[in-house]
Amino acid sequence: MYVIEMKNITKRFSGIVANDDVSLGLNKGEIHALLGENGAGKSTLMSILFGLYKAEEGSIFKDGKSVVIAGPGHATALGIGMVHQHFKLVHNFTVLENIVLGVETTKHGVLQMKTARQKVTELSQKYALEVDLDKEIRHITVGMQQRVEILKMLYRNNEILIFDEPTAVLTPQEIDALIKTMRNMAAEGKSILFITHKLDEIKQAADRCSVLRKGKMIGTVDVAATSKEELSEMMVGRKLSLTLEKQPSKLGETILQVKNLTQKGDGEKNKLTNISFEVKAGEILCIAGIEGNGQTDLVNAITGLSAVTSGEIFISDTNITTAKIRKRGEHGMAHIPEDRHKHGLILDYNLAYNAILQDYHKQPFQKLGFLQKSKIKQYAQKLVDNFDIRSGDGIDSVVRSMSGGNQQKIILARETSASPKLLIAVQPTRGLDVGAIEYIHKQLLAQRDAGKAILLVSLELEEVMNISDRVLVMYEGEIVANVNPQKITFKELGLYMSGAKRENPSKSVEKAVAV
Amino acid sequence: MNKFLKGNGLSILSSVSVVFAGMLLGFIVLFISNAAQAPAAIATILTFGFSSLRNFGDVLYFATPIIMTGLSVGFAYKTGLFNIGASGQFTFGAFVAIYIVINFDFLNPSLRIFVALLAATLAGAIWAAIPGLLKAYRNVHEVISCIMTNYIGMLLVNYLILNTIFDPMRASSQRIPTSTHMPMWGLDYIFADATRASPLNASIFVAVFSALLMYVILERTTFGYELKACGLNKDAAKYAGINENRSIIFSMMISGALAGLGGGMHFLSAAGRTMSVADVLANEGFMGISVSLLGLNHPIGIIFSGVLIAYLQRGGFNIQPLGFAQEIIEIAIAVIIYFCAFVLLVRTQLGNIIAKIYRTISKSEVKKNAT
Ligand SMILES: Nc1ncnc2c1ncn2[C@@H]1O[C@H](COP(=O)(O)OP(=O)(O)OP(=O)(O)O)[C@@H](O)[C@H]1O
Ligand SMILES: [Mg+2]
Repeated sequence: MYVIEMKNITKRFSGIVANDDVSLGLNKGEIHALLGENGAGKSTLMSILFGLYKAEEGSIFKDGKSVVIAGPGHATALGIGMVHQHFKLVHNFTVLENIVLGVETTKHGVLQMKTARQKVTELSQKYALEVDLDKEIRHITVGMQQRVEILKMLYRNNEILIFDEPTAVLTPQEIDALIKTMRNMAAEGKSILFITHKLDEIKQAADRCSVLRKGKMIGTVDVAATSKEELSEMMVGRKLSLTLEKQPSKLGETILQVKNLTQKGDGEKNKLTNISFEVKAGEILCIAGIEGNGQTDLVNAITGLSAVTSGEIFISDTNITTAKIRKRGEHGMAHIPEDRHKHGLILDYNLAYNAILQDYHKQPFQKLGFLQKSKIKQYAQKLVDNFDIRSGDGIDSVVRSMSGGNQQKIILARETSASPKLLIAVQPTRGLDVGAIEYIHKQLLAQRDAGKAILLVSLELEEVMNISDRVLVMYEGEIVANVNPQKITFKELGLYMSGAKRENPSKSVEKAVAV
Repeated sequence: MNKFLKGNGLSILSSVSVVFAGMLLGFIVLFISNAAQAPAAIATILTFGFSSLRNFGDVLYFATPIIMTGLSVGFAYKTGLFNIGASGQFTFGAFVAIYIVINFDFLNPSLRIFVALLAATLAGAIWAAIPGLLKAYRNVHEVISCIMTNYIGMLLVNYLILNTIFDPMRASSQRIPTSTHMPMWGLDYIFADATRASPLNASIFVAVFSALLMYVILERTTFGYELKACGLNKDAAKYAGINENRSIIFSMMISGALAGLGGGMHFLSAAGRTMSVADVLANEGFMGISVSLLGLNHPIGIIFSGVLIAYLQRGGFNIQPLGFAQEIIEIAIAVIIYFCAFVLLVRTQLGNIIAKIYRTISKSEVKKNAT
């Protein structure tokens, strides 16, 4: 008997059937992966199980008994917990407050945080989920935020745990730790539903895998008996080439030059120390490193989101160190930001309005200050067609209602279509399905071959090794290595990233110029 | 049908239903106070505004200032700001307009009206710029600074009246010259009856025009695109190269301008209004919040909700002869108005219910077709 069984679930949104007669059974103590393209309906199906949406048709059984899940509170009472694709934490509450929120123990109406603290501490030790109980959410890393979400489920004694793309925001090290935690929990008899786009993770973690395509359930397979190629074929309905064809790069003139960039932090330590490098036309330069080693600060400085303490930044021959963000755009810089919800999108604008976020003030999208709606729609439609952006109401869809991967595609489409001289891409493939990743990688290479300079920041070593021409490794706000990805092993790169090894920094600057 | 119910249709339906629910509650208040007269009272409230052209003219006349403050609140709201300071901006605009029409007698009357209204608009904008600047450069929440500018504005205007255009006989500002009353464009005759001409004047057209202008700015221009973007997501606006500080200040100033113009027009009306020197905040500013909420912050919605609220108030005013205390009437009307604040909640719930009905209907149709 399944602990959870969803039978013939159908859920419609305006213009789209997000789940079409989907059935799914979850065994006790298993990790069950859910795979599917962006917009296939994975998050929707899980939201139905968690009581956020009501299915129009179908039924849900818990331990063989039919249940109607009225809302998240009810789901919690049934022992179902969920970590959402975009976390749902209160940013100015502490970690502990977030964990107990909604199930606080009180005595005569007074909060009893002591017992709560004890229970949370025990859980965090038991599952090796390290968190800072008294820090506010806004001051902790995404990795820790996720651990908070997991502790929230454990604190509520949930037996059925739903993870919606938990690994998309994690570093490789954190991913390993998470998978270990999930395995532990499964071994204890908890049952886990796990959404991910990464086939390796499915292979590592899951027992069985169900595949959705355009809202329909294609099938459930035994992971051990199924190859990655078979999984991806089930997902997209055609064979995918998982390797990338890449021409040797033809370097042109220098497009981006960063000279002796330093940024003071709040305390003693610098956020960035004396960073120098350049990116040439026709080159993909990748910044690798463990999250939180200054990559974000570096990108913010180059794109103008924050000011620098000292040093200079040039695009071609123009000094843009103190230029306004829009000026940088006019000089040919485009930016795919790290946090798509914070910077990249206006979630309550529709797709078409988001497509022109950087260009709304330019011809032909405006004339005499008036928006030219037909031109805007035409352009947005072109992006939707080129990038296969899927949503219920097409270019009129409010972005908030779109699936995570398709939201990301809007940003990618917008930023690469402007045909910039310099493209700064931070984790561009985060949350995309394998087909979409393949497309984006091809796009990046095509831009490179067309003589654009690309600065790529990625936490994924595979991506770093596959598409970059040169790799800089950042550690604690410094560049500690400048290497050729073809001549270095994963392991060696890992040593640089963890700070265990470093090149002579002054030498690395020389080399950067010599390359 | 489905599309209509998802968009404007649903908004209208939800606004209408909260008004009905509010009426019912208001009726209960009246009933408790005086059961015998309650049916007559509610009937008066419901019908008074339409009972004669003159009464309807009065409704429009009283609707005008609260439409202006409603637009003021609504404009700010659409750009992510809560302008609770419309009261002070309204008062400031009113004072400046009165001062100019009384003192600038070197200008011919029509030019004087024009200059006075222009100055009132500016005064409102400047008064609202203060919370805007504080928010943009000092991160002070606009609600707090707006409350302060309300009181400062009211007290400052009292001081200015006392020292410039005070009329000790009536303990208020001097009467303005009749030559500088707002033009009537014949409305006073259209909405007149045998006993009295209507005070309705050109302001109502200005209010309607302002609503249209607000719609065009917000929905059709790049300027509106920027302002709304800042309101919806400040970080993304910054990323897109939009100057958020400038946008916040502009939003507040436009919002204040609408309230200031409303104040100016209201006190230049032929009803012969004067500003009394009392330590009371202008109620029109706060009514603007209800008007804007009930109109779901949509410019056209605000026109209708302004008229509706004025209609209820006029009706309420006229049940006094039935023996209701002024306080009870105000409570009843307030109950109706404040119930309107539930409009958004009702809108979501109604949306769900309608979607459900719609689905059941379409499902049964599918079944019918299948058999
Ligand atoms: N609240 C909503 N309103 C309208 N449409 C929605 C809503 N939520 C989801 N959709 C649509 O339903 C479809 C399925 O979305 P869902 O988020 O389930 O996809 P997903 O499989 O999780 O994709 P991703 O991998 O990109 O996260 C999408 O086309 C999306 O646009
Ligand atoms: Mg999803």
